[in-house]
Order: sequence, then C-alpha cells, then structure tokens
Amino acid sequence: MSNITSYAHIKHNQVSVNGEIVFHSNSSLTLIEFLSEAYKNLGISYPKFHKMDAQCKLGFLCAEFALKGTNFLTENNLSKTAIVLSNCASSLETDRVHQHSIDDKSNYFPSPAVFVYTLPNITIGELAIKHKITGENAFFVSEQLDADLLVNYTETLFQRNTKTAIVGWVEVDVANFEAFIFLTENTENINKSSIFKSLNQTSVTTIYNQTIWTH
Amino acid sequence: MDALIEKLKGQIIEQLNLAEVKPEEINPDSPLFGEGLGLDSIDALELIVLLEKHYGIKIQDPKDGKTIFQSLRTMAEYIKSQGKS
Repeated sequence: MSNITSYAHIKHNQVSVNGEIVFHSNSSLTLIEFLSEAYKNLGISYPKFHKMDAQCKLGFLCAEFALKGTNFLTENNLSKTAIVLSNCASSLETDRVHQHSIDDKSNYFPSPAVFVYTLPNITIGELAIKHKITGENAFFVSEQLDADLLVNYTETLFQRNTKTAIVGWVEVDVANFEAFIFLTENTENINKSSIFKSLNQTSVTTIYNQTIWTH
Repeated sequence: MDALIEKLKGQIIEQLNLAEVKPEEINPDSPLFGEGLGLDSIDALELIVLLEKHYGIKIQDPKDGKTIFQSLRTMAEYIKSQGKS
C-alpha cells in the first residue's frame, strides 16, 4: 500500500501546502521576483538557490514546501528514495536564454552557468544534491500533468527497491509557471495521521485540483 | 589596485549570482575556491568568461587559471599585468 503524505502546489504567485495557501505575493511580481520572495518566506539559507535557473528554483521551492514539517527526509532511507518529475516545456525557458546569448556572433558570450541548465532533469539533480537523495530518478515530458503515468511509474519503482518518492510537475514557459509536488511512501511505518490519500490516479488528480486559488 | 578589486567584487557577485554575498564580505586575499567564497567548477568557467567579456582577456592555457583565480587580488594583478584594467 502506497500513500501520499504531503504535497505542495505553486501557481498564480501563491504557494499551497496540503491544499491550504501558505504564501502569496503581489500578483504583479515577475516569476523571478516571486521565487525570490517565496525563498525568503521559507527562511532557509542555501546560496546555490540563487545560481539555479527558474525551473530549478520553482521545483526546489515546491519540494521544500512539501517537505517542511515532515519527517520524510529523516525517517527514510534516501538511497531508496526516488525523484520522478514531469512537465510540458522541458527546459525551453533556459534554452531560450542560452540561444539569446549566442545569437549575436559579435557579442558571443555563452554562459556555462546557463548552459548547464539546458536539460529539464537538472531540477531532479538539484533536489538530489540538496537532500543527498541517491535513489532512482526520471523526468517525463507530457502535454499536461499525467497522473496515470506518474502513479504507474512510481508504483513500478515501489515494486523494486524504492520505498519513498518525490513526484510531480515543474513547468516554466515564459510567464506561465506551475509546480505540483507530492511525497509518497510505501512503508509500514507511516504515521497514520500523516496520510492524506492512497497513491492512485484519482487521488493525485483530486489533490492537484484541491487548492482554491485566491484569483 | 584597490579600485579594480572593488570593481571585480561587483562583477563576480553579478556574474556568479552570489545574491547572499555582500562586497564587503569578500576578502581580496581569501581563496576563491574551496573555502572562502566556495566557488565550483562552473564558477571557474564563468570567471574565464568574465575576464574575456569585461577585460578582453583570453586565458590561453587553462593551467594558468589555478594561479590567476587563486584570490581576488591575484585576479586583479593578472588583469593589471595584461594592461587591461
């Protein structure tokens, strides 16, 4: 039996955790400004955050909000923790930044720090580095959140050596952005009060649509 | 030299996205890598780009980087030695 034990959703310059809005900023803020405000709100210090591209920042923050207040990282074997993420635009936003830096041959200064983010699964790498997670990982590209795919893939991992997983959607494309990440565990030792839902497609779809955004 | 070091501090903070570092916190003689600012291999590449972009200096032999990027002061001294400050 696998269960969802916590989840976070970031959209419309707001952050919700387990369905409740926990942070919101002025809707006129740009994505980067919003991410900076949300980072300050978390009250953590992780200088590498500032070097990440927007997608990694978004995924990092969403995971941090989902993990905050849980024992997910301390009570589980992180070598048996998987990270399974997905989105639609792959790394398109950072691809554009890199492309812009090489458009003008007379002003040709591609940034290595930008180039390293021109793959969507770098978001997984940032989470793995931050939390020393060394289990399985996969990044899927689909038109929209594919709950069926994410649940089936995670369940397949649970049939092998994986015990817990960080799963979700991290999308950035121009001004449109959204992240939705849930924690799921396949252990006998879960505190029953921390269980929100059994892991299945209906549950994932339900919690994805649960937050009532303020605008 | 001091003016160049101060200018480099600002350029490094901007180029390397060191948003939590203030210029006055950077000791010109502290190591840039490992301890000190704790920069990594990608940052080393960014410093090479910084020298080319802002000072027109191309490092021909990557081995020279270890000496040039030892500290902020060694960077400034290298720029001066190239007559590019």
